[in-house]
Amino acid sequence: MDEAQAVLDSIEGTVGEIAVDNPKMSMRDVDVFYAEKQAIFGVDLDVANNEVIAMIGPSGCGKSTFLRCLNRMNDTIPICRVSGSVMLDGDDIYAADQDPVLLRARVGMVFQKPNPFPKSIFDNVAYGARIHGLAANRAELDDIVVGSLKRAGLYEEVKSRLDAPGTSLSGGQQQRLCIARSIAVSPEVILMDEPCSALDPIATARIEELIDELRENYAIAIVTHSMQQAARVSQRTAYFHLGKLVEVGDTNEIFTNPQHELTENYITGRFG
Amino acid sequence: MSDTTEIVKASLARRYRAERRFRFYGVLAITISLSFLAFLLISIVFRSIPAFTQSSIHLDVALDAETLGVSENPDYAELRTANYSGAIKKAMRERFPDVSKRKEKKNLYSLISSGAEFQLRDHVISDPTIIGGNTVIWLQADDELDALVAAVDDVTNIGDVKTRLNEQQRGWIAELQQAGEIKTRFNKTFFTNGDSREPELAGIKAALFGSAWTLLVTFLLSFPVAVCAAIYLEEFAPVNRWTDLIEVNINNLAAVPSIVFGLLGLAVFINFFALPRSAPLVGGIVLSLMTLPTIIISSRAALKAVPPSIREAAQGIGASQVQVVFHHVLPLAMPGILTGTIIGLAQALGETAPLLMIGMVAFIVDIPAGITDPATVLPVQVFLWADSPERAFVAKTSAAIVVLLLFLIVMNAVAVLLRKKFERRW
Ligand SMILES: Nc1ncnc2c1ncn2[C@@H]1O[C@H](COP(=O)(O)OP(=O)(O)OP(=O)(O)O)[C@@H](O)[C@H]1O
Ligand SMILES: [Mg+2]
Repeated sequence: MDEAQAVLDSIEGTVGEIAVDNPKMSMRDVDVFYAEKQAIFGVDLDVANNEVIAMIGPSGCGKSTFLRCLNRMNDTIPICRVSGSVMLDGDDIYAADQDPVLLRARVGMVFQKPNPFPKSIFDNVAYGARIHGLAANRAELDDIVVGSLKRAGLYEEVKSRLDAPGTSLSGGQQQRLCIARSIAVSPEVILMDEPCSALDPIATARIEELIDELRENYAIAIVTHSMQQAARVSQRTAYFHLGKLVEVGDTNEIFTNPQHELTENYITGRFG
Repeated sequence: MSDTTEIVKASLARRYRAERRFRFYGVLAITISLSFLAFLLISIVFRSIPAFTQSSIHLDVALDAETLGVSENPDYAELRTANYSGAIKKAMRERFPDVSKRKEKKNLYSLISSGAEFQLRDHVISDPTIIGGNTVIWLQADDELDALVAAVDDVTNIGDVKTRLNEQQRGWIAELQQAGEIKTRFNKTFFTNGDSREPELAGIKAALFGSAWTLLVTFLLSFPVAVCAAIYLEEFAPVNRWTDLIEVNINNLAAVPSIVFGLLGLAVFINFFALPRSAPLVGGIVLSLMTLPTIIISSRAALKAVPPSIREAAQGIGASQVQVVFHHVLPLAMPGILTGTIIGLAQALGETAPLLMIGMVAFIVDIPAGITDPATVLPVQVFLWADSPERAFVAKTSAAIVVLLLFLIVMNAVAVLLRKKFERRW
């Protein structure tokens, strides 16, 4: 424990450029506590438009916790407390006048394990549009569902059975269904927490392609345990360690020429 | 071979033995409990059989106005109060002309149920033109006769079967049987009558309706309240000392002896709010107090069992808490909630003690037509009949238990159907 504390104390500030021009989201001095235990220590980070930012780091370093701050999913955990500022288009999303329901329509989330609703494929994708009232009539709703399924690269496989339950799809298809479900409400940012960890390499490759396509329209933050995946899909990479943001920079830079010793150890596999 | 292989091998036999032992205990436990259950069921069903049949006696009744004590052209009121029992007695005397002694006559009349005169009355009222002539009618036999013909084939040779009928009476019965003037058929009366002092006239219908009304009130009160409470506590309430306190109290409430709820019902609903005594309304309220904690606890468990990933999925695309609960969590929890509700209602159906406190132990002849009519319920009826001295009530008691069990089975079947309808996999 003392050793970990020593390492934690040795991390001072973040190496690399945390800020970008015209940030879509901008986090400053974010601390997160689970009850008394601090999980995130003063993290500053920007997320740019049309960018995929990868978040990597050892297990338990707080990647998921940090990601969940960006759409206030942590609000659902009673013991979780967040301080600092998280800006979306210049507005603090934790301000009193901000509504988490509206926020989550703007900042969508895809989870580690595919979690389709036990409803039909159509209803899965239509759900967000329905509750937010995005479609004026059935034809518009159909357009939204088909469009989202197409953009998620799932339409060809399921077009003949939109009434089948979402849970009847394979794992990879389910995950693409979940992605279709979150893009159906036209969010501005998509958060993905290890979206491929339950998938085989082929399904993973499909989703990575999809992420690359989605980047044209959205800002994407992705947590991943696979360094290859981070290298393949992201433009920038952030390395977390014990709740602190150690280093951030161009993905190429980070993987070829890491500045911080901890980053280098992790990337070269010297850190377990 | 490596060491591990050796060690594992040495312990294998012991492990399999342990497994076999455990399987044996399991099968033994199931066999014991099933055989108790089977014994109970079989004995109850066997004892109930006489209650489902009813013997009648064939009589040729002379309906002259004199015997009936009515005028030549009787009106309805006259017909209702006419002396039908006199006519029946006369017909019996004519059937057995040798009987002359007063005591013997009395014994002869007792073969026919005291309800027979109402049978004859209804028959005459439905067609008053038969007055003046003779009518042939099957009249309900007395319960002792009923029990005897159900128990033995030859009533003159009864062995050690107990009966209150003497040898002479049994001779008459044998004579009637030989002439084909006694028949035994399905006892409709049991399902169409309320309670009666006479076993052959006593029926289950009043208690059945009483139970149905009471359960309806219980369900309508406890289901919505309990489900709302469970949803609030599980999904919306902050976790603090107050909600902890409430939770502890709900669990305690489930353990309160039911008679306490009866006392509460008596003090609050009958004495303070002046609701009618013996009514399904009060019974239902009292029983819903009892079923509330059961439904709340099982509903909370069902809500808790919904995987968090479903909630996260809905929250992640911007569903509000109410939408998360009502669109996703509640439908998935519904099968569990229904199971809990049925368990609660089944408990309520079998409950006797609290209903005794609020007067639902009354002698109810009329079928309750609503929730404020005096009523009794099936288990209380079982209790009342089990307490009656007439031997025929033994069969009625078992028959009432059979009806109670059938009621339960129907309830469970409905629950299974509803559960099938709601069940979804994820
Ligand atoms: N609901 C919770 N309650 C209490 N502590 C939590 C909770 N969720 C996470 N933590 C703690 O916060 C720290 C960061 O957890 P987090 O899940 O963010 O790690 P992670 O980087 O996503 O790990 P992994 O790569 O294994 O998913 C951990 O120490 C964990 O124990
Ligand atoms: Mg994680």
